[in-house]
Amino acid sequence: MSREARITLLVLVAVVAGAVVAFGAPHVLSDYFVRIILLIALNAILVLALSLSNGFTGVFSLGHVGFIGAGAYISGILSIPVQQKMALLPHLPGFLHAFSLPFLPATLVAGVLTALLAVVVGYPLMRLSGYFVSVATMGFLIIVNVVLINASDFTRGARTFTGVPLETTLPWVMGWLAITVFVLARLVYSPFGRAMKAVRDDTIAASAVGIGVLRTRLIAFVIGAFFSGVGGSLYAHYLGSFSPNTFYFALTMSLITMLVLGGMGSLTGAVVGVICVSLLSEVLRSVERGFTIGDFAVPALFGASQIVLGFIFILVMIFRPKGIMGDRELTFGSTQRSATVNQTEERKR
Amino acid sequence: MTQLDYILQQIVNAVSLGSLYALVAVGLSIVFGVLKLTNFAHGDVMMVGAFGVALLVGIGVPFPVAVICGIAAAAVAGFLIERIAYRPIRDAPDVARLLTSLAVTYIIENVGILVFTSSPRNFPLPDILNTSWEMSNGAITFTSINLLTIALTFVSLLLLGWFITRTTTGLGMRAAAEDMSAAHLVGLNVNRLIIVAFIVASAYAGLAGILWAAQAGVVQPQMGFTPLLKAFVAAIIGGFGSIAGALVGGYILGALEIFIVAFLPSSVSSYRDAIVFAVLIAFLLVRPGGLLQPNREIKL
Amino acid sequence: MATPSPVLLSVENLEVNFGAVRALKGISLDVHAGEVVALVGANGAGKSTTLRTISGLSRPRGGRIIFDGKPIGGVAPSRIVSLGIAQSPEGRRLFGGLTVADNLRLGACTRTDKDAILRDSERMFMLFPILKQRLKQLAGTLSGGEQQQLALARALMAAPRLLLLDEPSLGVAPLLVRHIFSALAELKRQGMTMLLVEQNITLALDLADRAYVLRTGQVALSGRSAELRDSERVAQAYLGAAT
Repeated sequence: MSREARITLLVLVAVVAGAVVAFGAPHVLSDYFVRIILLIALNAILVLALSLSNGFTGVFSLGHVGFIGAGAYISGILSIPVQQKMALLPHLPGFLHAFSLPFLPATLVAGVLTALLAVVVGYPLMRLSGYFVSVATMGFLIIVNVVLINASDFTRGARTFTGVPLETTLPWVMGWLAITVFVLARLVYSPFGRAMKAVRDDTIAASAVGIGVLRTRLIAFVIGAFFSGVGGSLYAHYLGSFSPNTFYFALTMSLITMLVLGGMGSLTGAVVGVICVSLLSEVLRSVERGFTIGDFAVPALFGASQIVLGFIFILVMIFRPKGIMGDRELTFGSTQRSATVNQTEERKR
Repeated sequence: MTQLDYILQQIVNAVSLGSLYALVAVGLSIVFGVLKLTNFAHGDVMMVGAFGVALLVGIGVPFPVAVICGIAAAAVAGFLIERIAYRPIRDAPDVARLLTSLAVTYIIENVGILVFTSSPRNFPLPDILNTSWEMSNGAITFTSINLLTIALTFVSLLLLGWFITRTTTGLGMRAAAEDMSAAHLVGLNVNRLIIVAFIVASAYAGLAGILWAAQAGVVQPQMGFTPLLKAFVAAIIGGFGSIAGALVGGYILGALEIFIVAFLPSSVSSYRDAIVFAVLIAFLLVRPGGLLQPNREIKL
Repeated sequence: MATPSPVLLSVENLEVNFGAVRALKGISLDVHAGEVVALVGANGAGKSTTLRTISGLSRPRGGRIIFDGKPIGGVAPSRIVSLGIAQSPEGRRLFGGLTVADNLRLGACTRTDKDAILRDSERMFMLFPILKQRLKQLAGTLSGGEQQQLALARALMAAPRLLLLDEPSLGVAPLLVRHIFSALAELKRQGMTMLLVEQNITLALDLADRAYVLRTGQVALSGRSAELRDSERVAQAYLGAAT
């Protein structure tokens, strides 16, 4: 079988498997497991969106959660049913009172508006390098938080934002995940993807061979922001109610842990990281509720799961700074293309 | 209350707030200088100092003794954080170290919540520090803790000034901040310098945490996070890694925040923190070396 | 030298890697007490790497460095300074935000003998009078030549038994280069042992008793300065010429 045929087959298998899970799981598995699968898929979208700039372009943003929050609130405002809007958000501008959008268009608008926000934010910030871009994007995250808390006409301020229809079902999330993976895979393993990696590995060399560093970083940032906005919308319609602090440092930390654990330069790595961290936190969460071994009762230790995740993060940083997958993709032996390309790049370095 | 009194009152507030920012920022800058690391856990070291005092006073230790023990506990916490979390990744890329320090913060705050819960508890301030003073017939008031903050900041920063200009260790810290390999070459024990830097910086964080809690009246496991972020902005405004810069930045930020709150309409001033971080981003973009290091280049 | 003095520094088969690049491929050299030895060679030949490794800034991958009978390969830089090896690095590497006096003070940071430190700083002012006038000035505000003198003085303040000099003429005005090399000659007369890396091969060979010519991480040639000065092979090794 030729390589192309194998890739096609693999993709086909993945799509069919995804579809089976998406539509089959709710019939077979308990709600608890369906919820875990849904959260894994949802976090996978968010982490993949993050990996585009943080992993592949070398612009380590700490501000993507700001885009997720923006997407969640935009989509929420657009899709709260008209009759509830008056009660929940009485000070909205008139035209927003007049209509409410279904799930899909609200999500698309959230993605697009978030991407536009990323253009405005990214245009100045993508000039910064390394550590400073992390700090500046963190500043952006804080600004978003302050705005969400204070723009109470739109967001109900620090109070819970509620009334968003619960429409995020497993098929929706799996569908969006498929789109995210497809777009990102096309992008990352294209000439533009090579430009991103060149920018990441050596900005001077990249610009010397004619790659527009600012442009490349900005495109990656904006596309990542689009999917962050989409993910935010899915999140909003999954939770139904949330507050500005839902989209702040705790979420940032958990997404970054997933990304770093999985490996920053690999799409499958990102997914692997999400699965590992999600399953681990589920286990830890049931442990921290307290349990008994024989006669010995272990009391509830709330927050213990975060502590363990924090330690795991530090251990990864110390002992496996490139994460589980590093730059390699999980391929089940069907294609080594990306892997070999990356290895030769490694050797050159 | 006359216009002038109002302005004077705001100046007192600005100096008091600026002093706290300066105390925290100085510690951040000391560590950043020798290690090029943004130590987010610095805010948690503040928390350790403040909780130390609260717990010790709770079991009957006299307040001044508790303060000294709190500062010592903070210094020990800083030492341990360096030893356990930062030393193994000392040669890792900047961003990896930044993330590690975020993870350390995350761990310490969650341990704090686990042990103390996240609800605030009273900070036991002796009555003598709780009295307020009035000037010009009550138009200007400040509490004795305000005065103490300003006075302690002044004294401790004088001490720091002596340390970094007169002692070999202090000079060595500044030397290592400028050029690490040259510091090695003249025979400075850089490892020891880094440890000293963490201990000194953390002691200052402990003091700042105690004063912060004294002004707020409460302690809480996540209390260090906001002042840390603010101090970080202050340090960048002044020039990150420069101790003088941290001072200048701290007072500028204090003045800016008080100005926003005191003189701008509430529709604007409620966005104070957003403005502060917009200033941070502006500095990173336009003058990344801060006010005191204008020539530092970090852009493409 | 009729009766050779004892070997102070001996480098045996030193190998150093930078990532996958082999910077030094087995260099051997000796420096006797009281001797001035020059390392010459083209850019990238491994001269600075040799000095950095002796000072402990780079770890050797193979080979040995013996100073005064003790192996010092991989030892911490501060320990190496206290053992008696000081370096005036390439590009001077002063602490620009510190005063001249503070730079000198840090040069002596491994020593505790206060009186001797005071005597040594007086010696520095004899050797480099300009530094005395600039004492309170920030090192970063000095001219190139003044900075080079300060770098030398800072290294000497460690009271080294072996002085490593990396490109003391680099970025210094020609007139001051002569001044610096006459100071080095004076140090030599006083018995200071030096290992000198210098691009200016004439100056280097004039000062040094012996020299090693490095080429792509190996010793291509060595001998007494006077012999090497007239040798055609120096030019070849130095310039990497084929003929």
